[in-house]
Amino acid sequence: MKILHIDKASWDKGVLKSGETYRLTGPVKDKDTHAFKNLNDGELPDMGYVETKMSPKALLFPRSEVMLTYSTNPHDGNCNIMKEASKAYPPRAVIGIRPFDAKAIQLVKLNFDTEEYKDPYWLKAYEACTFVGLAINQPSITDFSTSCNTGPFDETGLDVLVVDTGHGFLAKILSTKGQAWADAAGFNIEAGADAASKITAMKKEAEANIVSKISVDKIAGKTVLELFDAGHWEDTAFGCINCGTCTFACPTCWCFDIQDETYGTQGVRIKNWDSCMTGLFTMHGSGHNPREYPYQRTRQRFMHKLKYFMDKYQEGIMCVGCGRCIKQCPANIDIREICNTMNQ
Amino acid sequence: MINYTENIRKISGDLLKSGKVDVVIGYKKGTLPGINEPFLARTPEDAQKLVWDSQCRLNLANYLTNRKENVGIVAKGCDSRNIATHIIEHRVTREQVTVIGVPCTGMTDKNKLRELAGGEITALTEKDGIITVTSRHGEKTVEKQDLLQSNCANCLHRNPVINDIPCADPVPEINTARNDAEIKAIEAMSPADKWAFFEDLLSTCTRCYACKNACPLCYCPTCFVDESRPQWVGKGDDPIDVRTYHTLRAFHCAGRCTDCGACEAACPMNIKVRLLTGKMEKSCFERYGWEAGLNTEVRPALDTFTLHDPEEFIK
Repeated sequence: MKILHIDKASWDKGVLKSGETYRLTGPVKDKDTHAFKNLNDGELPDMGYVETKMSPKALLFPRSEVMLTYSTNPHDGNCNIMKEASKAYPPRAVIGIRPFDAKAIQLVKLNFDTEEYKDPYWLKAYEACTFVGLAINQPSITDFSTSCNTGPFDETGLDVLVVDTGHGFLAKILSTKGQAWADAAGFNIEAGADAASKITAMKKEAEANIVSKISVDKIAGKTVLELFDAGHWEDTAFGCINCGTCTFACPTCWCFDIQDETYGTQGVRIKNWDSCMTGLFTMHGSGHNPREYPYQRTRQRFMHKLKYFMDKYQEGIMCVGCGRCIKQCPANIDIREICNTMNQ
Repeated sequence: MINYTENIRKISGDLLKSGKVDVVIGYKKGTLPGINEPFLARTPEDAQKLVWDSQCRLNLANYLTNRKENVGIVAKGCDSRNIATHIIEHRVTREQVTVIGVPCTGMTDKNKLRELAGGEITALTEKDGIITVTSRHGEKTVEKQDLLQSNCANCLHRNPVINDIPCADPVPEINTARNDAEIKAIEAMSPADKWAFFEDLLSTCTRCYACKNACPLCYCPTCFVDESRPQWVGKGDDPIDVRTYHTLRAFHCAGRCTDCGACEAACPMNIKVRLLTGKMEKSCFERYGWEAGLNTEVRPALDTFTLHDPEEFIK
């Protein structure tokens, strides 16, 4: 696999040049954090960023997305007929995405791209993307990605893996899409023969710095009901305030709610992020709620991530160990602890 | 703080052993430096896991709502005022609750801690009012009072107002009057500036609802934002819906808020939502001399009336 060397000044120039071919998206400073945003002309992604509070899942699965439009005006020829919202999907380069976030997109894809159902909005956005990842040299204390089939240098979901060596960048081209982006950026100086071993060494060091680990081996062997009916849930979930912080920040949470909003005679059908933490999530039309109590909602979240998903897709757990939920939870509900409890 | 923890463990253990209470609501040590986890102790052994320090930002009265058993609850000043509010509002009975009172010297501001560390906090220790945080960049030691949440720095009631079993002697109060400087600065703005200010304030809100869910006042069986028949608020990212939520919530809490700061501590986006509730409490204080939760007899300002209430606004 080809590895390019890019010095930092050339990086900036090349990234901007690639903006002539691609819509660029990357981490930029946003109040007291960083966020993935579409870059303005001349704006560069902040490659020194540490983390984004919100995962980049919104690039493909926006917080709120218009799917269909309609008119309720009887004089309109298309009255009460849904039309697909018109949208453009120009090629987009997602610069600086973390390897575990790119891996998360692959997990989300398992749900939005099945034999039976294909989410056209998510898939079109996905196909348009080239993922130029940035390896994590210094993992956070809440990073347990190496326990989740990914890691700080994981290449799984990436088209290019960029490694910041301090002096410059090494860019490992992982796909034809990645090569096309590098060509558009004018990056073509091949790194020396030692580049591959340099990346391997840095990867080893980063992985060795991961202090958090989880294990799901026993969860895999237990039945759903054994885990579901375990006596600990009310106590495990006691502190949880059932807000949506974890589900919204999570790169793999994909649940959504579809709503119609009508303004006068013109309306839109929107796909919005939803959260299994809320009571409304499972409220039936009859008024019955199968998850009436808050602890049942907390249980659902962890059962889905650590058991149902694993059983359904046989692709590991629905978690990449990014640690956002741990850091942001107001009540210190820690998925690592809950996983340990379930895995006993 | 160490003797606070020891005393809380002893008192809670005794309460559970004697059968005076069925459970004790408190905190256990968190899995990350700088945060603890609300915890329900059911046995005297569980009680040995209870802790207290300056990282207990949530309001434990929130976990008391509608409980049916006899409950011991560890409560700082503001928590105790919300327990009083719960009693007035019939969420629990006075007889059911045994308050293990914590004379509070304030909670640290999670953002000040982060800024102090200059990066991810890998360890935090607290001793005799001194806090040391460790990060990759080294160790920093500061007096706790320089790290307080703003509601704690401006607190008027550090000692619990209901205090069945104090875990320590009362602490001296540090303020004698409300500090409304931030609210007054907003009041002084032109309408256009105010609009821009609030637009920016709420611009990062994801409506995760951590603020309302952390709030002991927000116990409606179904919050208006979750009503579906009819639906009052849109579910999308329309800023109108975001503003509607925050404004209505603040009004719904008017005259009941104890400025415990749990909403701001809970907000993952660090939105200063207390600027909204603070305005309500400022008005209640100015108009009615009212501060929520100071006793279990008087109903909240907007829940009652007297013949002497100001009424110049009735034209």
